Amino acid sequence: MPAPATTAPAAAPGLPELATVPWRRRASAGALHGIGRLWTAWTVALTVPFAAVAAFLIYLEPLTAPVAAASIAHAWIIPELYAFRGANVARPKGARHPRSEPVALGLLGDLLAHRERDLQGATGLALERGRLGAWLVGEGGAVLLAPGGRRVHCFCVTATDSELPPSDRIAHLLLALRADEEGFATVANHAFSGAPWRLRRRLGREVRPALDAARAAAREVPEGRA
Amino acid sequence: MARLIRMDSTGHSTLAEWTVEDEVAFQRAAEAFRTETGAGYIGMVDEGPGRATHVRELPREADLVLMRRPIAGG
Repeated sequence: MPAPATTAPAAAPGLPELATVPWRRRASAGALHGIGRLWTAWTVALTVPFAAVAAFLIYLEPLTAPVAAASIAHAWIIPELYAFRGANVARPKGARHPRSEPVALGLLGDLLAHRERDLQGATGLALERGRLGAWLVGEGGAVLLAPGGRRVHCFCVTATDSELPPSDRIAHLLLALRADEEGFATVANHAFSGAPWRLRRRLGREVRPALDAARAAAREVPEGRA
Repeated sequence: MARLIRMDSTGHSTLAEWTVEDEVAFQRAAEAFRTETGAGYIGMVDEGPGRATHVRELPREADLVLMRRPIAGG
C-alpha cells in the first residue's frame, strides 16, 4: 500500500468527469435520501393500483380470478424488474481478458486492505467505506448501502476503455470513488433504489456475502451523517 | 523507487520510475505523465482505503501514480 503522498501542489479538487455532466446537481446524502423516497413512492404507485384492481375484481365477481391474477402478476413483476436492473450493476461485464487479468488483479489487490481483498476475490465486488455509506464496486457499476443499511442505491458506471481487464475496470471506479465520492455518485447513472432484500434476491449466491458485508459496514455509519 | 503506472489492456504498464534525488529521471517521468494526460488519461495518487487524489502534475514525493481512463455513467 503506498504511503500518503505530498500531492498538494499538483492536486485537483473533484472528478474531472463532472465536466461531462454539467446539468446534474452534485450528489449528497440528502439528495440520495430524497431519490430513495421517490423510488419508494414510484414503486407504491405502480404496485398498489394493480393490487387494488385485483381485489376489486374478486370482490365483484370471483369468476374474474384469472384477470385478477394477471393484475397481481403486474404488481409483482414491475418492482422485480427494477430490482433486476439494480442487480445488473453488480454482475461481471465484458470480456474476461484471461492473459492480462492476473496482472490487473495484482494491482487491484494492492489497492485493497486484506479483508476487502478476500471479499473481492470471493464475490467480485470491492467493499469501500465512504461518507455516503458502504460501497460495493464492480466491473460495471457500484452499489451503495446508505448509513444504517436499510436502503440500497445501485449505480451504473464504468471505465470508458472497453479493452481493460475486469480488475482494472474495478480499480478505475475505486480510484474515482476514493477521490470524490459525491462526484462519483453524480457521474454515475442511478439504476435502482430500494430495500436491500429486494436486491439480494436478484444477486447470485456467490455475490450475496458482499452485500451482507456492506450492509454490516453501513450499519456502523450513523444515519443522518454526511 | 517511485513508479508511474498506466492501467491499460495489458493489466498495467510501468511508464517511468524515479527517485526524489534523481532530477533527470523525475523530469522523464513528468514528461511521460504529461503525454498520458494529453492522451486523455487521468493521474491518481492512491492514499489507502477511502482516499485518493486526482493530480494534474506528477507529484515528486508520491510512491505510486496511476493513470486511469475517465469513467462515465453506463
